[in-house]
Amino acid sequence: MRDLTPTGLTQASGIKGGIGESTLRPDGTLKVTGEFAYASDLWHEDMLWGVTLRSPHAHARIRSLGVAEALATPGVHAVLTHADLPAATRYGLEIEDTPVLADGVVRHHGEPVALVAADHPETARRAAAKIHVDYETLPVITDEASATAPGAPVLHPGRTDEHAPHVPHPNIVHRQPIVRGDVSAVKDRADVIVTGEYEVGMQDQAFLGPESGLAVPAEDGGVDLYIATQWLHADLRQIAPVLGLPEDKVRMTLSGVGGAFGGREDLSMQAHACLLALRTGRPVKMVYNRFESFFGHVHRHPAKLRYEHGATRDGDLLYVTARIVLDGGAYASSSPAVVGNAASLAVGPYVVDHVDVEAIALYTNNPPCGAMRGFGAVQACFAYEAQMDKLAAALGMDPVEFRRRNAMAQGAVMPTGQVVDSPAPVAELLRRVKAMPLPPARQWESAGGAADVRALPGGLSNTTHGESVVRGVGYAVGIKNVGFSEGFDDYSTARVRLEAVGGEAVATVHTAMAEVGQGGVTVHAQIARTELGVARVTIHPADTRVGSAGSTSASRQTYVTGGAVKHVCELVREKVLELARARFGTYHPAWATAELLLEDGKVVTDGGEVLATLVDVLEGEAVEAEDEWRHRPTRPFDRRTGQGFGHVQYSFAAHRAVVEVDTELGLVKVVELACAQDVGKALNPLSVTGQIQGGTTQGLGLAVMEEIVVDPVTAKVRNPSFTDYLIPTILDTPAIPVDVLELADDHAPYGLRGVGEAPTLSSTPAVVAAIRQATGLALTRVPVRPEHLTGT
Amino acid sequence: MDFLRPAAWEEALAAKAAHPTAVPIAGGTDVMVEINFDHRRPAHLLDLTRIGELHEWDEDGPDIRLGAAVPYARILDELRTPLPGLALAAHTVGSPQIRNRGSVGGNLGAASPAGDSHPPLLAAGAVVEAESVRGTRLIPVEEFYTGVKRNALAPDELIRAVRVRKATGPQQFSKVGTRNAMVIAVCALGIALHPDSRTVRTGIGSAAPTPVRARAAEDFLASVLDEEGLWESGRPIAPSAVRQFAELCSGACNPIDDVRGSARYRRHAVGVMARRTLGWVWQTYTRGEGEARCA
Repeated sequence: MRDLTPTGLTQASGIKGGIGESTLRPDGTLKVTGEFAYASDLWHEDMLWGVTLRSPHAHARIRSLGVAEALATPGVHAVLTHADLPAATRYGLEIEDTPVLADGVVRHHGEPVALVAADHPETARRAAAKIHVDYETLPVITDEASATAPGAPVLHPGRTDEHAPHVPHPNIVHRQPIVRGDVSAVKDRADVIVTGEYEVGMQDQAFLGPESGLAVPAEDGGVDLYIATQWLHADLRQIAPVLGLPEDKVRMTLSGVGGAFGGREDLSMQAHACLLALRTGRPVKMVYNRFESFFGHVHRHPAKLRYEHGATRDGDLLYVTARIVLDGGAYASSSPAVVGNAASLAVGPYVVDHVDVEAIALYTNNPPCGAMRGFGAVQACFAYEAQMDKLAAALGMDPVEFRRRNAMAQGAVMPTGQVVDSPAPVAELLRRVKAMPLPPARQWESAGGAADVRALPGGLSNTTHGESVVRGVGYAVGIKNVGFSEGFDDYSTARVRLEAVGGEAVATVHTAMAEVGQGGVTVHAQIARTELGVARVTIHPADTRVGSAGSTSASRQTYVTGGAVKHVCELVREKVLELARARFGTYHPAWATAELLLEDGKVVTDGGEVLATLVDVLEGEAVEAEDEWRHRPTRPFDRRTGQGFGHVQYSFAAHRAVVEVDTELGLVKVVELACAQDVGKALNPLSVTGQIQGGTTQGLGLAVMEEIVVDPVTAKVRNPSFTDYLIPTILDTPAIPVDVLELADDHAPYGLRGVGEAPTLSSTPAVVAAIRQATGLALTRVPVRPEHLTGT
Repeated sequence: MDFLRPAAWEEALAAKAAHPTAVPIAGGTDVMVEINFDHRRPAHLLDLTRIGELHEWDEDGPDIRLGAAVPYARILDELRTPLPGLALAAHTVGSPQIRNRGSVGGNLGAASPAGDSHPPLLAAGAVVEAESVRGTRLIPVEEFYTGVKRNALAPDELIRAVRVRKATGPQQFSKVGTRNAMVIAVCALGIALHPDSRTVRTGIGSAAPTPVRARAAEDFLASVLDEEGLWESGRPIAPSAVRQFAELCSGACNPIDDVRGSARYRRHAVGVMARRTLGWVWQTYTRGEGEARCA
């Protein structure tokens, strides 16, 4: 691994449109005006439409499958079932346990059973309805008790994955203990002990652009797939074996992505569309509607968490024990990594010397769960922050002061034994959110006497004019790892080209990074401007003709693919200077003696003297470089103790929530959600603020409304629509004042710290803490429903 | 699927007579969702958008005659004074885009117990103007809802308009949802004071198989107001009477547990809304009376 510390930065930071500036995103206006082309807008004159037949049952044996009638429908070109698969029949991000099409058994409501391609989507849907499936329903596994009960059906018999040998039951995907110090030895010294049981509901990513893509068969027997995804190369690695094709025959190009939040990390219709295209010899488009989208991607793991905290009467944390049970649903997806996060971050950003944690993920017949913004850290944060408030109350301490007293700082040791070796300003973040001015009380009151219902719980639904409305204020702070952990080879590839076009030096940046709305393309252009001193940067479409850029997840893209772009720009810069020295080196002694920079399209000395223009240097020649770039390696957690250098970087955010609660109707208006976050270095301050506000709002959604409701008896999804799966509207979104700290992490490019996830963590517990303060209720489950607040 | 596009009302009636299963469509905010989700596949859609009169309202003596397809956005802009309860409810329907398309006629046609216009129509004592080639029927709105998503229309009938008495007293509407906008009612309540007839009317949504009036609550309150001379005196209603009214409203509910809310919560919330909205309308009434007395 190359050592690229920020000291390698020689370029000036004041370059126009460079890093640190709030340059505007190229896709912003198009998206707001409805002109942006999403994957669902893909079109081919000759294309067919693919649809998926899905299981109406959560667990059933398929006795028989009859496709003759569907196939005979005029306009239908193909019907595929498991029997038609040409090569690999299973795939998966971490464990290949997910059937491409159900193989004799369906394990969750909505599992794909068959595919139809027809010349019209309606024809395809009607034909799918004519596929005769004879199901024999089986008992469902819905929770830990039913998963591990004696005689419980084993959902994946004969497991051969790396976790299988060490799990206590085959219906447990993965188990990770974290043991540090000696809890039993210090328990006696605890003056105050609080315990709590908490529950987090199943949140959905609720991205607005449903799963969609277009597969075009190629003359060479391969296929070109245009697709909205989060990680092109992970898709490729899974799709090619299913198609029975070498990876170079499956060419993927990123299409317009309408949000992801983790929900596009697993395959949805990618392999299906390719299978239909290769079978029919025609381009095949697949677009899920909103209903299907709820079945087409994994969700956030619902969790049950049991915590015990012990502290001295002075308010020092002595020990923490936790047991975290994550429901992974029918297939593994990224459950093992979510377990690793939940376990290693279970204690939160606090110094605790004695820790005993166990996290597991279950196989059940509930919908599969996997990556979602916050990835295991969200569930833990809700529980440990509730515990911190409970402890503070038991100690008679101010909840913020209690947290600050126990807050970790740089140099602290994690429960995994890892030393936090970059700034960890947890106490300072808490101080900052607390110091912000509070929003005025009773904002709904006007001089005229009529209540402004928009400022009240219920909003325009006009449920209160101030009756029974009580304000509450709550605080929370969280810790999230950045990048892929536990020894994963987390790298990104970049290709950068510098050439003179029309009398101007132009840089082209080519990566496979999925722009899913995070603003990565904006940041890449800023980095190239900074490193190469050019004004014009072209971002090449993301595709698999360049190496992997890893996933757009884990708050990692600016760090890792941004790091790769920076690194490769530096290689290009060196090549350009080499070329320049060869061409002009004899004309001026500074070529040999001065440190040379690229600025404003010119080669200049560090003293500011212009030596040559880039156009002259490049004269007819393009300079190009490509390389992979890695963050420093991490290590797996020890299977028994969880010790290990598991995470490359941590990020921290703190929230203060101010709510008005209608205590009689159980309705909540979040008035303000102030956030303070350390971002190391804000490469694009506007984007950073946007990420923090977006994450904060998604956390608010989990606190008070967002939940996929799964029937506990049938394991069927009850609310697969935006009618009943509610996400915050702009009227539910409070003012979100943001205070950004920039304390450089010396290990990271430009000192930056991943931004996207940390604000999602602490937002939820802060809101719930505020509701607790307003109501005096314990509130151990999110989302908080009116029934919880009214005892109905 | 055939798409019928009558240019005039008589043509629409003839089309409905010829194709009794045809589904009328105006704003499409309900029908298109059902079609998109494959919940229904009508053989015929009967497009009413070309019939101008359905998109207009006018005054007819003491009534507002509201064309079936007048969008909610116009109700809340133009009819706030004569139809305050309906205007409040219109403001809670969906998003601005939905309010530009959706209409009371559609709400009645769908007859969902969660339709936002039902409680204020019940409270105001609206009458549905149903018409077919056979003639016109005037159906009091409380007789219009016959079951979950079922109404009193004959297969050949279309809703032409709704007649709503212009408010003679204060009206309120309140709706519980689990977010602060763009939400389907968990339950809702409308109330209207009718000082001219010395009556009170209510409408409750999403808390029974159909939208319902809380008749016992209405009768109880009317007798309290009468017996204690409160219509004239404008004195506050005794808290015990307000409580009783709220309990009777809760009692009029026959709710279910579903993904949007529990039956117990719905009953509870209807009671709270009844108490609060009665407080608001009575305060407005007494303030208005006070002004009248001062004048």
